[in-house]
Amino acid sequence: MQPFIEYKGIRKSFGDNKVLRGVDLAVAPGESLVILGGSGSGKSVMLKLAIGLLESDGGSIFVEGQEVTGYTEAEWMEVRRKITYVFQWGALFDSMSVFDNVAFPLREQRLCDEKEVARRVGEKLEVVGLQGTERLSPADLSGGMRKRVALARAIVAEPRCILYDEPTSGLDPVTADTINRLIRRLQKMLGVTSVIVTHDIQSMFRVGDRVAFLYEGRMAFVGTPEEARKTDNPVLRGFIEGRSLDEREP
Amino acid sequence: MVGLRMARLRLGLEYLGGITLLTGRAARALLTPPWEWDLILYQMNVLGVQSLSIVLIASTFIGMVLAIQGAYALEAFGAKLYVGEAVTISMVRELAPVLISLMVGGRVGAGITAEIGSMNVTEQIDAMRAMGADPVRKLVVPRFIAFFFMLPTLVLIADAMGVIGGWIISYFQLRIAGRFYVIHAFRLLTFHDIFSGLGKTFVFAAFIVLIGCFNGMKTEGGADGVGRSTTGTVVVSSIVILISNFFLTKLFLVF
Repeated sequence: MQPFIEYKGIRKSFGDNKVLRGVDLAVAPGESLVILGGSGSGKSVMLKLAIGLLESDGGSIFVEGQEVTGYTEAEWMEVRRKITYVFQWGALFDSMSVFDNVAFPLREQRLCDEKEVARRVGEKLEVVGLQGTERLSPADLSGGMRKRVALARAIVAEPRCILYDEPTSGLDPVTADTINRLIRRLQKMLGVTSVIVTHDIQSMFRVGDRVAFLYEGRMAFVGTPEEARKTDNPVLRGFIEGRSLDEREP
Repeated sequence: MVGLRMARLRLGLEYLGGITLLTGRAARALLTPPWEWDLILYQMNVLGVQSLSIVLIASTFIGMVLAIQGAYALEAFGAKLYVGEAVTISMVRELAPVLISLMVGGRVGAGITAEIGSMNVTEQIDAMRAMGADPVRKLVVPRFIAFFFMLPTLVLIADAMGVIGGWIISYFQLRIAGRFYVIHAFRLLTFHDIFSGLGKTFVFAAFIVLIGCFNGMKTEGGADGVGRSTTGTVVVSSIVILISNFFLTKLFLVF
């Protein structure tokens, strides 16, 4: 089966910091893939490369078999109609209400008239359990609510793939679980491909069909969550068990 | 030492290159529809109408000080009565365009950088791009169009308020007849004086918005980065206004 997104030998550096050193990864259509890795390991960079928010230094990226590396900003617009991005802290526009935030992709891509915009925004806010919050400002929302509004905004234009950047970071365990359930529900309900970047092990088991572990700029493990649990890869095992590889006592 | 100089030179050239690229992208977006009329009107209010109070206060007092200083200087030649000419010509040709551009430019440029810089560090600009919107079209063009028309308007108002400020001093302190001041205030004023003063402000407006937007868009590093970019905008735009004013003054004297 042709992958929805495919990374081939992707390299990316920021100054002297070589973040990705030849990443190979394929995301199958309809699956929910969790990219696991430590802070600063380049997980979010992988997502941003897939929709052209960053440019790779080498290697190729394919979306539905079409090479997108080196696309111009205008060409990326087409890719961004298929793939949406849920940012780590929501990235809601402070100057707009919840309604206008969720309506933004529809209005920007001129997908429908205002009546249809209102219908779709209401529907998606209901899906994330936030009906009645249309007039609120992002400043009035809690962290969990902001992430749910960001989710509603990501699905309103009915994309075929959603990229989640640390969807549960900074949330209490109960709210994090709500977000995880929502991600799973959206995948089942809309049949979308999901790529979730996280360092939250609970999230990995809750939402992942497959897990890819990014370590030192390369994929150190790709498999199911069950295989990850039983892995003999010491780094991944240490990561799952929350144990440092440095065995010295503090 | 040489390495440090080279690094600074490189940074300077990168800055200039960045602003030039942004100007090109803004010009392309400016000339092609769709135009965001609601955002343009909103920015006209934020950047222009909300700057009106400082323009009114500043220009009135500048006019008053000009009248006091003008009368002091002219008195030596027994020409105190002609303070109206001095106030009007100084105000319209030089002081209102430069001082109001510096003041309003500081307010507007800092505001633009702080807003866009905060949006950048909270990934709102990336979010805009991810949803198929062009940040230059959404953020730069409305501010550019709005301020391009609002700054000259504010300076025109400042010209008038400066003359009124001069009238207040000449009437109440210098005891010059109000009608006499008004006649003399406009006696030597030509269309060219107004044109050369206002003409500069279109250029200043463009500099202020482009510097403010560029600094905002390249902001990194959270609140600290926003603070540094905002300060940078005020410093750079002030220097650019003062230097370009010299060349624009020379240019307008030719025409």
